[in-house]
Amino acid sequence: MAQADRTVSPPHKLGFLRTLRTDAWWFEPALIATFLTAFFGYLTVSAFLDGWAYEIGPYLTPVFEPKLAGSYDAWYFSPALFILWVPVGFRATCYYYRRAYYRSYLMSPPACAVGDAAPKYGGESGFPLVMQNLHRFFMYGALVFVVLLWIGAVRAFYNTEGIIEGEVAETGWGVGFGSIVLVINATLLMMYSFSCHSFRHLVGGGLSCFSCSRVNRVRKGVWDRVSAWNESHRTWAWASLIWIVFTDVYIRLVANGHITDPNTWSGF
Amino acid sequence: MAEIQTHEYDVIVVGAGGAGLRAAIEASAMGARTALVCKSLLGKAHTVMAEGGIAAAMGNVYSEDNWQVHFRDTMRGGKMLGNWRMAQIHAQESPDRVHELEAWGALFDRTQDGRIQQRAFGGHRYDRLAHVGDRTGLEMIRTLQQHAVHKGIDVYMECTISRLLKDGDRISGAVGYWRESGEYVAFKAKAVVLATGGTGKAFRINSNSWEYTGDGHSLAYWAGAELIDMEFIQFHPTGMVWPPSVRGILVTEGVRGEGGILTNSDGKRFMFEYISDYFRAETAETEEEADRWYGDKLNNRRTPDLLPRDEVARAIVAEVKAGRGSPHGGVFLDIASRHPADYIKRALPSMYHQFKQLADIDITAAPMEVGPTMHYTMGGVRVEPDTGAATVPGIFAAGECAGGMHGANRLGGNSLSDLVVFGRRAGIGAAEYALGLGSQPVLAEADVNAVTSELEACFGNDGGENPYAIQSDLQDAMHMLVGIIRTGAEIEEALGKIAELKARAMKAGATGGKAYNPSWHLAMDLRSLLTVAEASARAAGERTESRGGHTRNDYQETDPEWGKWNLSLSQAADGSMKLEKTPLAEMPAELATLFEEAK
Amino acid sequence: MAQVTLQVFRGDANGGEFVDYTVEVDEGQVVLDVVHTVQATQAADLAVRWNCKAGKCGSCSAEVNGKPLLMCMTRMSTLDVSQPISIAPIKTFPLIRDLVTDVSFNYEAASQIPAFAPCAPNADDGTYRMMQQDVERGQEFRKCIECFLCQNVCHVIRDHPENKPNFLGPRQFVHLAELEMHPLDTADRTEFIRKTGGIAYCNITKCCTEVCPESIHITDNAIIPLKERIADKYYDPFRWIFSKLTGRD
Repeated sequence: MAQADRTVSPPHKLGFLRTLRTDAWWFEPALIATFLTAFFGYLTVSAFLDGWAYEIGPYLTPVFEPKLAGSYDAWYFSPALFILWVPVGFRATCYYYRRAYYRSYLMSPPACAVGDAAPKYGGESGFPLVMQNLHRFFMYGALVFVVLLWIGAVRAFYNTEGIIEGEVAETGWGVGFGSIVLVINATLLMMYSFSCHSFRHLVGGGLSCFSCSRVNRVRKGVWDRVSAWNESHRTWAWASLIWIVFTDVYIRLVANGHITDPNTWSGF
Repeated sequence: MAEIQTHEYDVIVVGAGGAGLRAAIEASAMGARTALVCKSLLGKAHTVMAEGGIAAAMGNVYSEDNWQVHFRDTMRGGKMLGNWRMAQIHAQESPDRVHELEAWGALFDRTQDGRIQQRAFGGHRYDRLAHVGDRTGLEMIRTLQQHAVHKGIDVYMECTISRLLKDGDRISGAVGYWRESGEYVAFKAKAVVLATGGTGKAFRINSNSWEYTGDGHSLAYWAGAELIDMEFIQFHPTGMVWPPSVRGILVTEGVRGEGGILTNSDGKRFMFEYISDYFRAETAETEEEADRWYGDKLNNRRTPDLLPRDEVARAIVAEVKAGRGSPHGGVFLDIASRHPADYIKRALPSMYHQFKQLADIDITAAPMEVGPTMHYTMGGVRVEPDTGAATVPGIFAAGECAGGMHGANRLGGNSLSDLVVFGRRAGIGAAEYALGLGSQPVLAEADVNAVTSELEACFGNDGGENPYAIQSDLQDAMHMLVGIIRTGAEIEEALGKIAELKARAMKAGATGGKAYNPSWHLAMDLRSLLTVAEASARAAGERTESRGGHTRNDYQETDPEWGKWNLSLSQAADGSMKLEKTPLAEMPAELATLFEEAK
Repeated sequence: MAQVTLQVFRGDANGGEFVDYTVEVDEGQVVLDVVHTVQATQAADLAVRWNCKAGKCGSCSAEVNGKPLLMCMTRMSTLDVSQPISIAPIKTFPLIRDLVTDVSFNYEAASQIPAFAPCAPNADDGTYRMMQQDVERGQEFRKCIECFLCQNVCHVIRDHPENKPNFLGPRQFVHLAELEMHPLDTADRTEFIRKTGGIAYCNITKCCTEVCPESIHITDNAIIPLKERIADKYYDPFRWIFSKLTGRD
């Protein structure tokens, strides 16, 4: 079409922030923008703070999970970067976070029935947003991370270091507040991954006939479960994000001696 | 006047609900050039409001069910006044029509073994209604709509047909206007299928949409065709009663089909007191038997909560009159105490939302308040049972605007099946007639111009009567005087008021322009509304008995003599309404035996 | 009984203005009731499209205080009647008059969708068998009453009308999802959904789901599963190789 039709029905007009809404529609996107910035901002900074202790005793912050051997001295490179692209990519292409940042950052649209900021709009049809279709590959990676985080969580119940922070600590099985924090963290990240839309498609959503074979009937059962979790995908997304930040802050505070972790090893 | 837009077809179908869509699909499939003309947008017709299901003796739940049982239920539900041949065709063909809908994409609820699920409904011996939760009509219209769209049928939306025109004694076309622009349009057509639905908007409390102004009835009548059974009006027993603005909105009979019970202010299941002799043999006498019936329909008799609609509606009126009604003048319909909340939400999702949103009532926790609401017009255009042909060559009718099928009272669920069975038949009938006609009848320009100047007239009545006020007065008159319980004197009074309203309607003025002007549209619709109101009142005055959807306080008995006659209305040469008694078609012996055996 | 001031848009495609009407509101009334009161007493020619007034036909879509909704299902008691209430036509489609718009875009979009193509009857008696668990997903989509509120609120065409030729809109994706997940259907519409449907324009910001009066999970249950099916076919090399090797989907 040479001259595309640009008309809408009056009294409406086209244009950024044009709306007839009279309620505080801006509140939700503003709130989400603030929180997204705060949490992801913190995690970005944290990933580079490898000079600031991020592990102690059986605890390792999930930002650096899994722990990689070797030393990385350059300020612009942190061992976390080897691994973080997987969970970051998973969240960046996540159907929930897409909604959140398209609305709150790109303002496309900022809220329902409020004018879009984009002068020309192609959605996810062109580069780079067409890459959002790769969400499933990040999801496969995220499933590996679920295993790694659970390993980290289980490890948090087994102390191998006899001396921590210059003090004698018991070794062997035990439990501390940090272990519980890490278990919750693994659980929330697992639920966030298991409630993923791509995961839901993978387990059974792609089928058109659930009853047609024994395998399909089993997959339908799994799909039902995942569908129920998927309804709360947003909740899992926020809970797991908030908790990983909390976990990181907590372990670093303990690791740097600012607070004491109540635990059965009585060493730190 | 300027040249008006003209289209030429073999068949035009007026009305795009279930019957109209089905007729158009069939006529088009037969090779007739077919157009579908509707007053609203496609897919918005009143069929979307049908809730409970479509009756078809498929025997998926009770293999004992078959067309003979369905036929018998239908005839008895209609108090034996229905046309036996229509009831027979209907009972025989409805299973095929339901399977056809499935083959066109409809997703009915299923039985355990993957067949179409069927539910219990008033007056039906076995679980017979194929359904989709409580939104069966929506499923049906969407299926038919999508099928029709892909068959390439021309659809003219928001286009009102005002008059049918004739060439000699046969139909030559129709004239109407586009609601959007107010411009006039003429259709040259060899045959017209009327599928415009009912007449509910002549009554104050009704479950019908604005379109139900008796257009098809009136178009046929004005063109010289006969109307029959116009005295029989179905008041659905369960409409919402509170708050006032939603009064009349339908509460599906499916609530009772699923186990819901009617109670009065004493908490008593009053329907046990209102079992008429006519249905005594097949109705449960105790609450225990009634409750057992839901699970085992072979060894128990039906709960009186599910007596035919006319019986239940009268019982509710009597309870309210006796002072045992609910706070807002209805009775209670209770499903909350009969099923867990989850079950109710799954089986009756629209009802749940309707009460939640409109009345702030949670039907899984509290009973509903319900009362009768004008729901269905049994009467309509007299048609040939096999073809849907009216008494004027070229006019065909199907669905609610056709008469005869349901007799004095329609059973729930028989309407949706009526639409597709007779929609298809009328489509075949019209296509065969049109294709056999050879040359196109002549649509006389003078006739067209006469209609458009009549349509134009009310713009000259600026400052004239407010059409909304006239409709409101008509609704009050019909409701009070030709409502659920009637007397001769009141009907006389109604006829007087209708005559006055007719005179006022001639002076009704449209303000504003012609583009999408609802005051003009209503002023035009008033003509058909008043025509059907008069027809109903005249026939009701003549029939001195009570039967089905016609209850006379001054003639409370059902008179076997009246059971041999239909009342037929047609326009006399002087323009007045002519009323005749015409004998009921006699049922062949092999069908008549079905009723003897059952006794 | 309370008085309320409605600001109803009066005009046509060339423009118009909000006109104030002050009317009485009765208990339990919905917005459409009050609009009808205006029509019957103050503005006989006020154009408004409606049919069933029971939330079943989807005709009376409008924007009340800027929010897209069905007038017949919005109770006045949910609005702040101490302030004037604005009632405007929906934005995305051309205005005919007052509150009535030309929604033919949606009907044209629907006519492009490849029709339902059933397999042969799968039971001996010549009819079909389907299990309840297989029809339930489709049944959710078939609750759609075609009010077109989702089409109206979707910013892809609401704020960018030039996308209309390339995008069918949420309502049609719901229909397409229903066909694609229909247990009897044999057609493959993935190519159509991607190319003609323009599903990639959707950035899943979920306004369609928010406004749906039938509470259909348009984004989660229809659009995202369709996007995933498209990813299966066009953006998943592993799956592509797998299907080439095994000949299976």
